[in-house]
Amino acid sequence: MLKFDHVSKVYKGGKRAVHDLNLEIAKGEFICIIGPSGCGKTTTMKMINRLIEPTEGAISINGVDIMKSDPVTLRREIGYVIQQIGLFPHMTIQENISLVLKLLKVPENKRRARARELLSLVDMTPDYLELYPHELSGGQQQRIGVLRALAADQPLILMDEPFGALDPITRESLQEEFKKLQRKLEKTIVFVTHDMDEALKLADRIVIMKDGQIVQCDTPDEILRNPANEFVEEFIGKDRLVQARPNIQTVEQIMSPNPITITGDRSLSEAIQLMKQHRVDSLLVVDEMKILQGVIDVEIIDQKRKKASLVRDVVEAEVFTVDKETLVRDTVRKILKMGMKYVPVVDDKHRLVGIVTRASLVDIVYDSIWGVDELTKIG
Amino acid sequence: METISSILYYYSQNAAYVWVEFYRHFLMSAYGVLFAAIVAIPVGIFIARYNKLSTWVISLANIIQTIPALAMLAVLMLVMGLGTNTVVFSLFLYSLLPIIKNTYTGIRNVDHALLESGKAMGMTKFQVLWMVELPLAMSVIMAGLRTALVITIGIATIGTFIGAGGLGDIILRGTNVTDGTPIILAGAIPTALMAVIADVVMGWLERNLSPIKKRKGSLKKNIAERAA
Ligand SMILES: Nc1ncnc2c1ncn2[C@@H]1O[C@H](COP(=O)(O)OP(=O)(O)OP(=O)(O)O)[C@@H](O)[C@H]1O
Ligand SMILES: [Mg+2]
Repeated sequence: MLKFDHVSKVYKGGKRAVHDLNLEIAKGEFICIIGPSGCGKTTTMKMINRLIEPTEGAISINGVDIMKSDPVTLRREIGYVIQQIGLFPHMTIQENISLVLKLLKVPENKRRARARELLSLVDMTPDYLELYPHELSGGQQQRIGVLRALAADQPLILMDEPFGALDPITRESLQEEFKKLQRKLEKTIVFVTHDMDEALKLADRIVIMKDGQIVQCDTPDEILRNPANEFVEEFIGKDRLVQARPNIQTVEQIMSPNPITITGDRSLSEAIQLMKQHRVDSLLVVDEMKILQGVIDVEIIDQKRKKASLVRDVVEAEVFTVDKETLVRDTVRKILKMGMKYVPVVDDKHRLVGIVTRASLVDIVYDSIWGVDELTKIG
Repeated sequence: METISSILYYYSQNAAYVWVEFYRHFLMSAYGVLFAAIVAIPVGIFIARYNKLSTWVISLANIIQTIPALAMLAVLMLVMGLGTNTVVFSLFLYSLLPIIKNTYTGIRNVDHALLESGKAMGMTKFQVLWMVELPLAMSVIMAGLRTALVITIGIATIGTFIGAGGLGDIILRGTNVTDGTPIILAGAIPTALMAVIADVVMGWLERNLSPIKKRKGSLKKNIAERAA
């Protein structure tokens, strides 16, 4: 619904704040723009409602070039939360919240009702309607700033560090509240922040900017898993990458690479010898090409040793395997639920490359519970 | 003691006359400030928009301010003749500077974030002026009017020299008779009183128009009580 097409902004004096920006945002998407101070986040945002006009390129909303629409009408159709909150000190909270409605000539009683309704969204009582902004706490003011952008029920909302000036606790609860709100109201949101945790928590996609250019634009998972370059890695921070590991690792990264195997042409007694030697109760059966044939365990050997003598005659071919590329997160639960002791890991040609045992899962679960906790305690 | 009783005696004998001059004096000052406000507030807004002009306009108003009142009256009299209009016009000129300066300062001092906020919400330029800038600058503009009014009440006393009347008339009479001190005071005291009252009333207005409303704290307390 929102599209940047080779957009650049050069300020008077030659400062190139945004350089050749291309970005497409779908309806209902929550986009976080993040980057170090001065990288052009606010500039990018302000170009959307024409507070700043692009030097080159075009921005379109629902296919219509914004330069072709009237700026005043355009702005009334886009909610905007400015970086400095910007509540009007001479207006009551009610007047502040419903200002856009007033500009749109909505009658007084409807405006009042709307302000009341919005206030309840953030768990504030109607008593606040008649107060002035300076009578509210910083956190309450930021909430009102956000509500003001929601008042006219605009489908697109721009937010410039709306939770910037808050202490971590208030910030956290507002983020929660807001994410809930966004899901409920199905808005398209462009959200500027320079707090990575905030972006990871809220965004459907994160746009990482540096020096006026997009360095990477991806889902939070993808960014954690495949940071585009060192800058992104550094920006995300080592802590978060470590924390994120349990969720984003592939099976290949956590498997034990040398499972005990046997080929089908060996005898059962050789198999038993091997098990005893390695103190395991089952063996993976492969052929010369290392392609997985199945599995034998001590029980099967015990039952069938009278009738058969070769491994290939007793092999259990039905085995649950995982591809080495699958995410641990997607596998862990499955493995635990099915009650398997181990799962062989194969590559795309069904060659055996490793094994995941319940023991290695324990490590991961431990890390994700206690590891993270320890980190937060330190941080 | 004797002076006071003489003043009182003067008032008892000339009550109607003093009242008429008092009223006349006030009207001249008020009209001067009113007309100045009509011109100076828009000018102040204008130079706040086009900042480059501000130095020029304010310097000009400054120059007007430095002309001695008698000289100004004399020159204006040559052009406009004797009478009240000339006095009102000179008062108008003296009021320009404080009003322009305060309007300019008031508007320039409105937080940039608020202007942007208004603009971003889709206000037209006029709406930004009317709904944001003027209300927020109002108390500073009022302070300018207050200064102007106090200045003009003082200056209006010399209006009597070109036959405009006012409390200066009484003072002038006092200077023309021997032992006129009580009469001079009978004119000077109401002038001073008028200036003080104007100052207090305008000060009160100024505070009431201040964008940050101070209230008795009852509402907030109510909420706190209900929340508890
Ligand atoms: N009006 C302006 N005139 C000239 N240069 C500007 C102007 N506004 C911003 N810049 C410059 O453009 C660059 C990008 O500014 P912008 O405000 O977009 O940064 P930002 O990413 O929002 O930073 P922050 O996180 O500090 O808010 C900065 O280097 C800034 O100095
Ligand atoms: Mg910014």
